[in-house]
Amino acid sequence: MALRLAATGVDARYGAVRALNGASVTVEDGETVVLLGTNGNGKSTLMKCLMGIVRPVAGSIELEVDGTRHDLARLPTEEIVGLGVALVPEGRRLFPKLTVEENLMLGAFRKSARAQIATNLAFAYEAFPVLAERRRQLAGTMSGGQQQMLAIGRALMSSPRLLLVDEPSVGLSPLLVSQTITKIEELKKKFGLTVLMAEQNFHQAVRIADRGYIIVHGEIAFEGKTVAELQSNEIVKQLYLGGG
Amino acid sequence: MTGRGVWFWIGAALFIALAVALALVVRNEYVFFAGFVILQFIVLATAWNILGGYAGYVNFGTSAFFGIGVYTAIFLLKAFSAPLLVQIGVAAVVGAAMGLGIGLLTLRLRGIFFSIATVAITIIAETLIINWKFVGGATGVQMLRPPVTPPFDSYIKMLFVVLAILVVIAVALARYVQDSKLGRGLRAVRDDEVAAESCGVPTLNLKLVACAISGALMCAAGAPSAMYLQFADPVSAFNLNYSVSALAMSLIGGTSHWIGPVLGAILLGSTQQLLTVTISSEINVLVLGLMLVLFVVAAPEGIIGLVRRLWRRVGKGSP
Repeated sequence: MALRLAATGVDARYGAVRALNGASVTVEDGETVVLLGTNGNGKSTLMKCLMGIVRPVAGSIELEVDGTRHDLARLPTEEIVGLGVALVPEGRRLFPKLTVEENLMLGAFRKSARAQIATNLAFAYEAFPVLAERRRQLAGTMSGGQQQMLAIGRALMSSPRLLLVDEPSVGLSPLLVSQTITKIEELKKKFGLTVLMAEQNFHQAVRIADRGYIIVHGEIAFEGKTVAELQSNEIVKQLYLGGG
Repeated sequence: MTGRGVWFWIGAALFIALAVALALVVRNEYVFFAGFVILQFIVLATAWNILGGYAGYVNFGTSAFFGIGVYTAIFLLKAFSAPLLVQIGVAAVVGAAMGLGIGLLTLRLRGIFFSIATVAITIIAETLIINWKFVGGATGVQMLRPPVTPPFDSYIKMLFVVLAILVVIAVALARYVQDSKLGRGLRAVRDDEVAAESCGVPTLNLKLVACAISGALMCAAGAPSAMYLQFADPVSAFNLNYSVSALAMSLIGGTSHWIGPVLGAILLGSTQQLLTVTISSEINVLVLGLMLVLFVVAAPEGIIGLVRRLWRRVGKGSP
């Protein structure tokens, strides 16, 4: 196995508030795994734990890359990025006062990414031609859809193998959500990525997912080995499909 | 080197040539007394802007670095009779080390918390010096200037030229930082630090480097002050005025480009000198405060922002 992510029994807190309660998630090489849950259930916290931005108080997060194991719960974020993990953060979190190109370049800050910088920049512009047209524009002055593309482009600049996408649908029109999700699938195939995506838009997310988890109050409430399993699940029906 | 780089260095060479020419031709020493202070503020504001402007970490510790620079020079002079350039060089090294150390202690704090912590640094540094008898303690220390080095005919003129060279070094460093990967990283920190971190930007390291460069320049700017006044005491060496001035000059000039602090320091520095001569030195602080308020309200991006706005208007107006 070339790449494998395994988070086991992860607990995370913000002060006294428990955000994650023994959450366990695995992602195998080449999969698209979706993390489903409504607002405030811990999806973003789990993503942040995987990136080393939030430190879990218990549990382990292991990334296996080509036979070597790395403990993501201990590594600083920049080293996690160096291992080939990139995050498209919730709400995009661009650098609004920097240009499109500067934003992209910041995705390739690591020394290891520098050799690939020209290739990756060309790829990003090829994948999102609108970014090439607007390379000198300030990121903050672009539309929501364009900003989402830039956020994805920025994540791709570090030559990632595992792409974490946190709620790509936030603040986008239904049409743009659909386009963004399709784009993620397209990029995944093109770059041979492994994808873990947190989403609350069930119907869009399962379009590209191989399997998924449902997270409720910081706990993994259900693990669906297939999309069909997710669709027939009672919790999903309650939360998303309006049934009981 | 790009076309712009060539012009920058031509400008820098002309600036130093002008400073030397002034020192050799002009007889009135007051010009150099006033000029020294303005040049010193250019270095301080430029240094402040590397961390405060590019990275957005508002630092109130300028006077701590400045004062330590002054006292590094005094110590070297008293202990080893070290020459001026050695004083400045060692002060820069001390400043860089101090920047790193203080950075490690404070740069994990964000926003206003960092700023508050830096206020404390000045007080700590001042207290240390007050209790150090060798450099004069609370009463201060007087020094005699060594003989002046030809071709200069007075020490103050020489100091003026030395400061002009320091200005070029400071501005060249600020310009380099601004255009480099370090500068891009610092701007990312200013825009959204968490996002920068999650992109893999080593934010703490970048801030530490910025703090060290900034500290080195501030200390280096302080070192020649000992010989300028031939007297130093902790209260004036660690005067909070240096912190406030460096900050105000950068903000008034504009923090997004290296030219901002330079313009701000020239504008404010010369206004202050003019007021000191014509009215009183007390009114300086009032003017500084008023100008800062005026700019924050009317031109929040400083002189640079004003010029850019005008430029755009002119651009749109023409067919």
